[in-house]
Amino acid sequence: MDTTRAWVATRAAAWSDTNARLAELRRRGELTVEEALHSVESYRSTARDLASARRLLPGTRITAGLEALYAQLHALIRRKPHGGRAALLAMFRTGIPATIATLRRRIAWIVALFVLSALAGWWLISTFPDLVSLVASDQMIQQVEKGRLWTDDILNITPSSIMSVRIFSNNIAVTVFAICAGFFFGIGTFYIIATNGLMLGAVFAFTHQHGLAGRLFEFVVAHGMVELSVICIGGAIGAELGDSLIRPTHATRRDSFQHCMQRMGPPILLCALLLVGAGLIEGFISPDPKYPLASRVVIGASYWTLMLAALSGRLFGRRRDEAQPREPALP
Amino acid sequence: MASAVSSPRAVEEFTVQGMTGVDLSLPIAGPGSRSYAFLIDWHIRLLLALAWLAVAMPVAAGGLRLPRHVGPLIGWLIVGPPMAIYFLYHPVVELLMRGQTPGKRIAGVRVVNREGGPPGAGAILIRNAFRLIDSLPLFYVVGLLCTFITAQRVRIGDMAAGTLLVVDEAAARDSNEWLAAGSNAAGLDPAALDLVVQLLARWKQLDAARRGEIARALLQRIDPHPPRPPAEMSDAQLRERLQALRGGSR
Repeated sequence: MDTTRAWVATRAAAWSDTNARLAELRRRGELTVEEALHSVESYRSTARDLASARRLLPGTRITAGLEALYAQLHALIRRKPHGGRAALLAMFRTGIPATIATLRRRIAWIVALFVLSALAGWWLISTFPDLVSLVASDQMIQQVEKGRLWTDDILNITPSSIMSVRIFSNNIAVTVFAICAGFFFGIGTFYIIATNGLMLGAVFAFTHQHGLAGRLFEFVVAHGMVELSVICIGGAIGAELGDSLIRPTHATRRDSFQHCMQRMGPPILLCALLLVGAGLIEGFISPDPKYPLASRVVIGASYWTLMLAALSGRLFGRRRDEAQPREPALP
Repeated sequence: MASAVSSPRAVEEFTVQGMTGVDLSLPIAGPGSRSYAFLIDWHIRLLLALAWLAVAMPVAAGGLRLPRHVGPLIGWLIVGPPMAIYFLYHPVVELLMRGQTPGKRIAGVRVVNREGGPPGAGAILIRNAFRLIDSLPLFYVVGLLCTFITAQRVRIGDMAAGTLLVVDEAAARDSNEWLAAGSNAAGLDPAALDLVVQLLARWKQLDAARRGEIARALLQRIDPHPPRPPAEMSDAQLRERLQALRGGSR
């Protein structure tokens, strides 16, 4: 045990020094080349000491302390570089467009599913009007039967600011839910998209029966173009997640799912930002009778064009003649 | 590249291959610690949101005279912060506290990536977005079930983000002090030093008679040159002697 004691005495000062330097480096965040090289050397020497401590002093606090020190050095050395603003710009300019490009076919399928579901909803309520109680509340039904939309005078009840916060939060939650539901082998996503399409078609059919479909379209058009597009993109991302589990691209399904999710993270972030804009339009413009149909169409189409520019990277400076961005390498 | 492998010894430990041939072993936190941490955080979120509403509602009700230009923003001021607290508490706090939240800190757990380090912003956002699925159908049943049936006790959000929850042992967290103690008390056997530090840490919680008995037994074993026989030492003298042997400043 004397040898062990002597060894601890020899090494303890170095451990304390490494610990103190680690705390300082964590506070600063950035390392010079010398500090980085010194950290690598400390990592090696701590590994040696830890191996000895595990053998000589198993279960002691000194070994636990060395384990923690080694873990911190490992995390410091394995830390990914921070790209800062340039990396963020690269993500919007090339990363997101590359991922969206791989999703094009899925987006088309999801749009088809959504449209078919909406048509099915329209047909269902046109054929069996009583079934509207499945998709609309009693209050909504009564209002429409009296010739009024539930969105009429909504500004008298809730201020635009509160309404828009609620709307975009809810829309982000629905889209993220549609994406995450892809975990159930894609079935959850398909179900959510189909349900949303069915409800939209059914509500339009019901309002059409009472001569209010035009006014509902007027309400929806400014925000709906982007909102529905983003929900479909979310559905495509959910389907991609489901596919990563059905046909894994990595050794295990979990790894495949994790890598797919990492790849899909940036487009989800962009979708959330787009939904914030759609929520603001839905809160401030859609319910306001001051805006005529033409203005609403222009606002809706402009925002949709902006969305396309963002998804293709052109909004962030990607040139038109630039080659189609390649899919980024998997980490 | 270092890769993570499951420990062959036990499912409750996660092993990360080091670049030196020495592996890192991280004890995996179970569903109990996870739930405990979540409940604490949930209450913190609730209290923060309620505190904000308690301030904002009287303002909105006209209890205070506000400048005219603030009027249209009142809706944002009422609804915005509580929603931000609800949605952003976990991602923001986990990012700022390098994989921890106040609840996780109290429960002694930490979120790490598969390299054993603090997760990045993307991973934190993903693991928190998946709370929508993990919380289904209510009370986090899906997430909790996952932590029972998966080898590394992870919920779906952790699978998606490539993270896991590990036990952040207090001893390891205070490694600096432990290693400093090792340095100062180099003359003492490391295992004995362990006992001394543990006894001093629990000194106030232990009954005076009981701690005296333990301290005397310990000093008889480890102290070759006591200033006086341990049996004759008072409670304060015992503590003083143990502190001297430890050599630290704690």
